[in-house]
Amino acid sequence: MSKTILTVDDSRTMRDMLRMSLEDAGFRVVQAEDGVHGLEVLEGETPDLIITDINMPRMDGFGFIEAVRRDSAWRATPILVLTTEADASKKARARSAGATGWIVKPFDPVKLVDAVRRVAA
Amino acid sequence: MDPMAAIRDTFFLECEEQLAELENGLMAMEADEANSETVNAVFRAVHSIKGGGGAFALEELVRFAHVFETTLDGVRAGRLTVDAPAIRTMLMAADILADLVRAARDGTQSDGARIATTVAELTRLSGAAVASSVGVVEEDDMSDLFQPITVNLDLAQDKAEPGSNWTITFAPRPEMYANANEAALILRELASFGELAVELHADGLPDLAALDPEGAYFRWTLRLQSDCDEAKLRDVFEWVESDCDLDISRPAPVALDDAPAALATPADDVLDLAALLASLAPTASKNPAPAEAVPLTVESVPAQTSGPSSKPAEVNATIRVDLVRVDRLIDLVGELVINEAMLNQRVLEAGVARASGMNSALDSLSQLTREIQDSVMAIRAQPVRSVFQRMPRLVREVAAMTGKSVRLVTEGEGTEVDKTVVERLSDPLTHMIRNAIDHGLETPAIRRETGKPEEGVVRLSALHRSGRIVIEVADDGAGLDRARIKAKAAEKGLIAADAVLSDEETDNLIFMPGFSTAATISDISGRGVGLDVVRRSVQSLGGRISIASRPGKGSTFTLSLPLTLAVLDGMVVTVAGHTLVVPLGPILETLKPGRNQLHALGQDGRVIALRGGYIPVVDVGVSLGYRDRADPERGVALLVEGEGGERIVLQVDEIQGQRQIVIKSLEANYAAVRGIAAATVMGDGRVALILDVDAVIAASKGDGFGTLQDAARAEPSLLEMR
Repeated sequence: MSKTILTVDDSRTMRDMLRMSLEDAGFRVVQAEDGVHGLEVLEGETPDLIITDINMPRMDGFGFIEAVRRDSAWRATPILVLTTEADASKKARARSAGATGWIVKPFDPVKLVDAVRRVAA
Repeated sequence: MDPMAAIRDTFFLECEEQLAELENGLMAMEADEANSETVNAVFRAVHSIKGGGGAFALEELVRFAHVFETTLDGVRAGRLTVDAPAIRTMLMAADILADLVRAARDGTQSDGARIATTVAELTRLSGAAVASSVGVVEEDDMSDLFQPITVNLDLAQDKAEPGSNWTITFAPRPEMYANANEAALILRELASFGELAVELHADGLPDLAALDPEGAYFRWTLRLQSDCDEAKLRDVFEWVESDCDLDISRPAPVALDDAPAALATPADDVLDLAALLASLAPTASKNPAPAEAVPLTVESVPAQTSGPSSKPAEVNATIRVDLVRVDRLIDLVGELVINEAMLNQRVLEAGVARASGMNSALDSLSQLTREIQDSVMAIRAQPVRSVFQRMPRLVREVAAMTGKSVRLVTEGEGTEVDKTVVERLSDPLTHMIRNAIDHGLETPAIRRETGKPEEGVVRLSALHRSGRIVIEVADDGAGLDRARIKAKAAEKGLIAADAVLSDEETDNLIFMPGFSTAATISDISGRGVGLDVVRRSVQSLGGRISIASRPGKGSTFTLSLPLTLAVLDGMVVTVAGHTLVVPLGPILETLKPGRNQLHALGQDGRVIALRGGYIPVVDVGVSLGYRDRADPERGVALLVEGEGGERIVLQVDEIQGQRQIVIKSLEANYAAVRGIAAATVMGDGRVALILDVDAVIAASKGDGFGTLQDAARAEPSLLEMR
């Protein structure tokens, strides 16, 4: 049974690229457009891993991660953030919000899958 | 299709949306109507474009977007004051970003000088701190989070040394697990680099009663035989380094003779540290005091509940639909309308009583069909906003180029029009606005002299009127100089020197090909690629364009277009027993010529005297090959004007009436026929051909009064196919 990954990003281009890279590696991908939508999707799906962008309307990545971690069902789910910002404070903030790790945009599909495998069996 | 190519297409589509967001946001900021959400949206727009651009390696775009994004970050963090000059710079940056996106999409060059100037401006705005990062494509920089524990003298020798023995001690702290990192997975990744021996130290594990299920009690000593370098090993721990105690080392290679003193130390340190760690481990789990405080409690981050005051319309759910499906639906509905008309006809012929149940049922059907047709047409209907949105930038550019001060006011952006029409509106509108600013508006100096406000106003509006969409471009400039226009037209031989023309006729002379009264041909208009081209493209859409002017007050272009291209307003006529449809657009008037108005020309030709001139008469029946000669005195005449402005009079036998008809493509169902634009099916089930007025005009000019024989042969076969 393949693993399910939830990707949350307001850019359709990014969502398409993530889907392509992850499905090619055999994962099942479900998507959301921002933090609020992501929480809605979580009500119906049980992803093994969440990948989220930081800059999104309605609810940004930090807010989303914190909300996810608050829920006991998702406390132990690995969450990776996508970031173009090398700013260390953003990474620290993501980590303190509960993120497991990060992937830098633009991402190399191989590195993306490696990162996924590092946190989700 | 290559999936990357499809995603690339999506990216450029998305860029257009983001660019629109960006421009709207900046304009709201300019008008002081912005809130923090607006600023965030503006930032996100540039951020998204940069992100996607990076994925497709569009370096020039990414470089510029990065500078712009940095400036916007300053704005959103409140570090930058947003005054008028700053916004102007940002608007220009937005324009440049748009140019770069399109250059990337179309593979064209961009204006390097302009880009450099704006980059300098932006850099100046956001302060010198930005200057150093311009041109740098970011890399993941972990150096500030890296806390080396051992001194590693093997840096120079860090390249692959076959079979290095790495010793790694790894003691996770609870925070690591709290962020859903799994030690086993990390170990597994290390194992993929070579041969890994794992030694678990579980001495820190308390008994069950004292066990905190979320605590961290294990540590590992790992011995890895691998030829990878240290950086690669550190990478594995990239995310957890600050949440664990990590040590990576390898025994110093014996071969190093030149630094014997230094050799001793690392090994000693490693051993000491290992012992240190071992002694620390039991306490580490109980007193997690990492260098960086990583609180498990949730920070109260103000949730970004957006209260966008300016965009209520975006809340409606939308879906994206393949245009092909919509087109198919529209086709089917068109068929439905035709069939319904046929049904009505048959019932009429069958002589069913007017008041009978069948008739009222048919009426209901009629009504339903109309409603379905309207709803389906509405699917493809789009607000003209998407075209209007490009205009502010155009106005800025033309105003700058001509040295005039202009303000653009738009009305009715929500007015909806069929998608096919919207896309072709852009060029005519662009021309008209350029014209209005370049020729219509006076320079600020002259305006001051005549007591007008220095800033000229161009008003762009759209509205629905009697089943069509009317778009107006009005300026409050000097209006048309009629004397000069008439003189110019006479000079070019477009009108007779002594012709008497009404004001309105004079005004519309500007649409004639090759016409330009501009003393100097400025860069943008007046080069003859002007209003005649505009008129032609408007007419090809089935529309009309005209101008009205008041000297000293201004001019107004009025553009009238059909709401959709799938349906046509036509005049149904009879020619030699055949039913034809003449599109209403080109028809100027219908008349019944009197005997003394018709004059012979040559052997077979005929002209009609009309309004001081002679206009050739073409019998449609002869032109299409239905008959050999026409009877000039029977019949009705239609004065039509072709796309190029030439006028002829079409002679038909009878006019049946005006109707809205559904256009069916002739090429798709049969073959192209000269002189015939398309076809439709009338209520009686018969095919009616739609006349191509321009083809008839062109044929009439050819060899005297040439004919289009194919049409006559086409119709019978068409009936058989039906």
